Amino acid sequence: MQIDDVEDVEIRLLLEGVQRIYGYDFRDYADASIKRRLNHWLAESGFDTFSQAQSQLLRDRSVFESLLRGITVNVTEMFRDPTFFRAVREQVVPFLKTYPFVKIWHAGCATGEEAYSMAILLNEEGMAGRYRMYATDINEAVLQKAGEGVMPITEMQRFTRNYQKSGGRASFADYYTARYDRAILSPALKKHIVFAPHNLATDGEFGEMNLVLCRNVMIYFKPALKERCLRLFDSSLLPGGFLCLGLKESLERRKMGERYEELAAPLRIYRKRYG
Amino acid sequence: MARTFQAVVVGVSTGGVHALQKLLGGLPAAFPLPILIVQHIGADADGGLAKLLDERCPLRVKEADEQDEILPGTAYLAPPNYHLLVEREGFLSLSADPYVSFARPSVDVLFESAAAVFGPGLIGVVLTGANFDGSRGLKTIKNKGGVAIVQDPADAEAPQMPQAAIAATGVDYVVALDGIATLLQKLAARRNTIPHDEKGRDD
Repeated sequence: MQIDDVEDVEIRLLLEGVQRIYGYDFRDYADASIKRRLNHWLAESGFDTFSQAQSQLLRDRSVFESLLRGITVNVTEMFRDPTFFRAVREQVVPFLKTYPFVKIWHAGCATGEEAYSMAILLNEEGMAGRYRMYATDINEAVLQKAGEGVMPITEMQRFTRNYQKSGGRASFADYYTARYDRAILSPALKKHIVFAPHNLATDGEFGEMNLVLCRNVMIYFKPALKERCLRLFDSSLLPGGFLCLGLKESLERRKMGERYEELAAPLRIYRKRYG
Repeated sequence: MARTFQAVVVGVSTGGVHALQKLLGGLPAAFPLPILIVQHIGADADGGLAKLLDERCPLRVKEADEQDEILPGTAYLAPPNYHLLVEREGFLSLSADPYVSFARPSVDVLFESAAAVFGPGLIGVVLTGANFDGSRGLKTIKNKGGVAIVQDPADAEAPQMPQAAIAATGVDYVVALDGIATLLQKLAARRNTIPHDEKGRDD
């Protein structure tokens, strides 16, 4: 047996144990990425092997918490894929504005970069006070960070560039206060966002949404779990509602795709048909 | 012990557009192995490179989509701003995880994940580039019994990436760009006839 095969067995046992003790199910995460993340965690944890880590992991919740942080943190940036945010601004918002009030589910919001981007965009388009955004993530530690709305100042240059390319109408500097090495986002942006824990592998739908945003989260899942997520989004969306996926995720070749039309072709913005 | 090659992975950076045209242009449409490629590329790039290569090469070339099935005679380019990985079930996956070796897509990520799945059935190719991404991945490929090919640094538009790869591990072939397509065809045709001593591990 090669070391790799042994490690694969160890990982399978570890994930099984985690599921049974803590209820978090990572067995349907795509192998290649979770293996990279687990190995990264292992290297930092001080354990030599996953077998060695397992006995403490299953008994000591704090060890599990560190594993959870290690394998569920998704990285993103404000206005990632500016052309996508431009399309939301120009092609989705006009529809949203026809409603007196809209509800948005941002699934897998991580540290909140895209949630705040969306809030900036909606506020600029005159929708402040007319929407509520439920920004959810499996990882409560990142949710807390998201709620704080504090970002490294070093990122602001890149975020500003993205914002400008996305069709931003103001000066990006208006949205944060620089303090030492950190940028503190304007509290006004948080007003309509509710950060809440939600596990796409085990929890249920959010009712009557006008827009569901889930970008670059399902790429880490195996087909069965992806399918579950898409069903969840589908049953959460009102007819005429919008589903926004990552640039490399699509409804093509999926049965559910029949109920959706693609609004902005390469940008993965779909609209649920009526009836 | 005999082996059959199952896939080719390619890592390339500065000078890559030219190098990939040359390499892929030299392979027939019926090349029997899938080819997975990381070309370092800006986050905002569109799918233009895959389209260009597809038009100019006999092989089918496409930008990788998540969950693409890995098929022979097809070259998959990692999309801008995503890592490209190989899943055990024979399909591709993508990740938006942080930069590895200062790059996303990163050659190391592709090579390491492909090595874990294909083991001795993998051929790794490092071409021109002005950084050192790919050298750790090529070492992993060698450790798992795969074959390592590196473009001759003297022949490369940017020699650093080939040099770093050669320094990192025992490379099987150092070849000028012109000769790599022919070499790949030879290796792909030599199914089940690899002599035992060539299977060697790099440890």
